[in-house]
Amino acid sequence: MSCCASSAAIMVAEGGQASPASEELWLASRDLGGGLRQTELSVPNAYCGTCIATIEGALRAKPEVERARVNLSSRRVSIVWKEEVGGRRTNPCDFLHAIAERGYQTHLFSPGEEEGDDLLKQLILAVAVSGFAATNIMLLSVSVWSGADAATRDLFHWISALIAGPALIYAGRFFYKSAWNAIRHGRTNMDVPIALAVSLSYGMSLHETIGHGEHAWFDASVTLLFFLLIGRTLDHMMRGRARTAISGLARLSPRGATVVHPDGSREYRAVDEINPGDRLIVAAGERVPVDGRVLSGTSDLDRSVVNGESSPTVVTTGDTVQAGTLNLTGPLTLEATAAARDSFIAEIIGLMEAAEGGRARYRRIADRAARYYSPAVHLLALLTFVGWMLVEGDVRHAMLVAVAVLIITCPCALGLAVPVVQVVAAGRLFQGGVMVKDGSAMERLAEIDTVLLDKTGTLTIGKPRLVNAHEISPGRLATAAAIAVHSRHPIAVAIQNSAGAASPIAGDIREIPGAGIEVKTEDGVYRLGSRDFAVGGSGPDGRQSEAILSLDFRELACFRFEDQPRPASRESIEALGRLGIATGILSGDRAPVVAALASSLGISNWYAELSPREKVQVCAAAAEAGHKALVVGDGINDAPVLRAAHVSMAPATAADVGRQAADFVFMHEPLSAVPFAIETSRHAGQLIRQNFALAIGYNVIAVPIAILGYATPLVAAVAMSSSSLVVVFNALRLKRSLAAGRGATPGTLIHSGAVTS
Amino acid sequence: MNTLIYLIPVALSLGGLGLVAFLWALKSGQYEDLDGASWRILDDGDGEGESSQTL
Repeated sequence: MSCCASSAAIMVAEGGQASPASEELWLASRDLGGGLRQTELSVPNAYCGTCIATIEGALRAKPEVERARVNLSSRRVSIVWKEEVGGRRTNPCDFLHAIAERGYQTHLFSPGEEEGDDLLKQLILAVAVSGFAATNIMLLSVSVWSGADAATRDLFHWISALIAGPALIYAGRFFYKSAWNAIRHGRTNMDVPIALAVSLSYGMSLHETIGHGEHAWFDASVTLLFFLLIGRTLDHMMRGRARTAISGLARLSPRGATVVHPDGSREYRAVDEINPGDRLIVAAGERVPVDGRVLSGTSDLDRSVVNGESSPTVVTTGDTVQAGTLNLTGPLTLEATAAARDSFIAEIIGLMEAAEGGRARYRRIADRAARYYSPAVHLLALLTFVGWMLVEGDVRHAMLVAVAVLIITCPCALGLAVPVVQVVAAGRLFQGGVMVKDGSAMERLAEIDTVLLDKTGTLTIGKPRLVNAHEISPGRLATAAAIAVHSRHPIAVAIQNSAGAASPIAGDIREIPGAGIEVKTEDGVYRLGSRDFAVGGSGPDGRQSEAILSLDFRELACFRFEDQPRPASRESIEALGRLGIATGILSGDRAPVVAALASSLGISNWYAELSPREKVQVCAAAAEAGHKALVVGDGINDAPVLRAAHVSMAPATAADVGRQAADFVFMHEPLSAVPFAIETSRHAGQLIRQNFALAIGYNVIAVPIAILGYATPLVAAVAMSSSSLVVVFNALRLKRSLAAGRGATPGTLIHSGAVTS
Repeated sequence: MNTLIYLIPVALSLGGLGLVAFLWALKSGQYEDLDGASWRILDDGDGEGESSQTL
């Protein structure tokens, strides 16, 4: 209970700062037909039954919500909602607010990101079928080993054959397909010895059964398949999923814009048909379609696409604007200076397509091992066969021993060695609030020696936050929120989030770009905005850090905002230092701001005023100097470097594109997620190497036994199972060390932000 | 030998029953939320009656 009782005021602000736009939520929801849509939100702070009841209750109270169900294992809530209620189009942001009001953080996760896929279902089915076959055949085999007489033994062998045959075809098809693919292209992989061992042992056993032989390997071939399928299924769960970062980015460029002809007539044209020199009108709330120059109008522009900074810049006649930036407050008339394909967003897309740095070149540990393993195994089996032919000259016996060698060396433990550790490590990371996209990312993270961090949104929270809410009376805050509803300015959004749900104020509303909002009501003229605008006098601070609410130029309240550093930043940087990792800052922001933050965090290596391209260059330079860098960033401007880096990480508050491009996403606020993820990955890497050592050690003992012909089916069954079990138990040690290591880094993560009241 | 004639089918069908039960559980989403299920058992629903609804 206590873990859920969190201070609503703080959490609302947190929930709000992460809230994606309504438009993004619509696009990310899945159409179920019949006017219903489904949205998946992640709720990293949900921990217990009360959380389930609270969140589901809050959502079900809304008329738009058809069904809501919290999944505590994946920390997600799935909401099925109606597109329209009473003729009003549903705003999915209301769900985020409803959850945030109860004190929970929410992040959007687009469907494709973690959806269970068909192949995984098929693999689980295959595991179930092979498990069924393995247990039943083992039952019969135990009877045979206990000394069933000849006729009974034959019967048991035949029944085993009947069970094993279909099971091998059904469950073994994954290995056969993959092995066939490899052979057809003249390569060999881990699946070739598997497919060979399984089918050869089945064939030999069938031959033995027909000839009333004593030894049959049906149990070995099916058990082998069972263990390997478990490894394959776990491995599949850790595979990287298709990244849609680039398509997400393309969504940021509008499809078209209104072009004004010299004669004054207007025409809506597709973005590709806009030529340099055309005059365009960009209304408030629209994205700039192509790079251009402002001809007339004043507005606040959200340039986070370009420099990652959330505070809008005021643009006026003569300023240049980049494609993809969002026009927040006033209409602008632009002159296009570049065609869409030469514009800023197109450049970022190009950079991202080009940037496939360490990721593409990296070969996974298991693949590297397989490259040496399978030829060695084949050679060994062949030599055994030849050797026994020379010694005895009995084809049948030589074949039996060779098959035994293949079965014994089959990479059972090896196939489990990596995926089990990675699944356990991913589970541990998830408990600490870090999501892993794929297993190779963890292997890469264990190798890094440098961390490059973005500033805004990564080292800092990145959004203005109301810091003096306790000084302001709730009534004033509600009034301000009612006015702020009319604006998209981040300050206005911050006020709305602090006040919770607000109904818009009635009256004559006007938004003055670069200044604030004015509402003429019966009580008088309310103004919310800069001090200069609201009360007609300049204040001590700049406009960004405060907003004034006034009635007829009398100050009613002063709201102060700050972009706070992310919690535990300093401790995390120190922890990275202790791990022997160098840190640096890559920022698009102005040099003095970056320098101040860098010195307060004790980081000497920093770069400021970097464009997305320059960020990639800094990262590439580090790679050329032999460093393996982890890049932590959140903005769209970071997306290319996130992709180019050896491995990358993004906070869940990051832009959709940034989240998609990163290998890891951390859901809680403190930056300690970064050292925590690195430590866990390194620990996992250690366990993987231990597991390899165990698997190789097993082979060193078992292979001579098999080559000498002492590996009966009983010996094979015992050896294979025990080696697999040892590997699995070794991997589970990682889970135990979670309990022990909780005091160190992840402790601060577990209940971050959930302030007990 | 005679007992085997019915014992083996019994053993196999019991195993098959387990397989079918597992597949059913998988398909009906019993493994979707292992952590949540243990908490939901304590939820008395407070008259909403919706808590048992599956998606």
